[in-house]
Amino acid sequence: MTNIRIVQSAHVAPERVVPNDELTNYMDTSDEWIKSRTGISQRHVSTGQKTSDLCTIVAQQLLDKVGWQPKDLDFIIVATMSPDYLTPATAAIVQGRIGAKSAYAFDINAACSGFIYGLKIAEGLLQTPHARGMLIGGEVLSKLVDWHERSTAVLFGDGAGGVLLANSPEQGSQFIASDLETLGELGDSLTAGYQPVNSVFNTDATDSHQQYFEMDGRAVYRFATHSVPESIERALNKAGLLVNDVDYFILHQANQRIIDQIAKRLDQPINKFLSNVAEYGNTSAASVAMLLDQELASGTIKRGQTIVLSGFGGGLTVGTQIIRY
Amino acid sequence: MTNDEIFSKVQAIIVDQTGEDDDKVTMTTNIKQDLDADSLDIFEVINEIEDEFDIKIETEEGIETVSDLVTFVEKQLAKEQG
Repeated sequence: MTNIRIVQSAHVAPERVVPNDELTNYMDTSDEWIKSRTGISQRHVSTGQKTSDLCTIVAQQLLDKVGWQPKDLDFIIVATMSPDYLTPATAAIVQGRIGAKSAYAFDINAACSGFIYGLKIAEGLLQTPHARGMLIGGEVLSKLVDWHERSTAVLFGDGAGGVLLANSPEQGSQFIASDLETLGELGDSLTAGYQPVNSVFNTDATDSHQQYFEMDGRAVYRFATHSVPESIERALNKAGLLVNDVDYFILHQANQRIIDQIAKRLDQPINKFLSNVAEYGNTSAASVAMLLDQELASGTIKRGQTIVLSGFGGGLTVGTQIIRY
Repeated sequence: MTNDEIFSKVQAIIVDQTGEDDDKVTMTTNIKQDLDADSLDIFEVINEIEDEFDIKIETEEGIETVSDLVTFVEKQLAKEQG
């Protein structure tokens, strides 16, 4: 348990909204088909904004909202699976643009669990009282989507969300317990953004992996509906809490049907599982932070409440962080 | 486990997932067509069957009726015992 406080949150999504009906221009699908299987009604899609652009907007909003100076930050972490470059890191681009000269900055990639893995790393970096850091999950997944492949294209969207974190011993907020798990042996069931060995020395002609999202739907569904409740249960055990002690669950927004099934497995009412998947689709590492910010802004989540944050996705990875907000 | 015992467990799983009445789920019921189940319903039914009988169902292809499911489970159980 660490006295870490989520001081502020922010999120942004590209202005361009693509409703389900518009996707019928590019593939054989329908609004009814997408809604009934995923709960998704629309997604926000970049018309040129890069991941670093979305993350910079979130970073600037975070500082403006709380009145911190850029130099007050000790570190900036960006969780993303769709960075602008392999180098420089998205976090380094953000650091440069906002002028956070005292902050070291780096990206992490744990796909849709990235924000949760980032919280765990941030907790380790915030052991000194009054240390301050920024964690952002940001994605432009639209560049990893084959927009003619209906089994995957309907699922994803773009956006970014982030938090300012501080070690604040006197304020009562806590990171209570966490659980991280990686199932690398199942990694092939969800892939995107393959980087081929295309040098002059390459002799492997059989390299047929794709740059776009590919997913074994049933394997991923089984993983999510089993591994997420198990991860939440393990984290609750470490925290000495019962599932009924949790005020709200903020899960990675992949698919409403998966969220419904996880609620059922945990024997909890669905109204404790907050959701914005209808509006944004699956935004991978951004989803938990985007939803958290919406629910803080609306006043649904209040100081002192016990919140479960949980991510799951490519890797395959799953992670849970229990906080007292 | 007898064929009837397998059927009644499979029936209970399908009833739970689709919200249909027991008597609508018989051996000849086509899961997709008769129960209006979509691909995620099928995923969940297979999930539950794998957990209930501790077997692995590699593919849902070829499984259309409740009878197909019961026969598949029967074969898998026999394989594991054999």
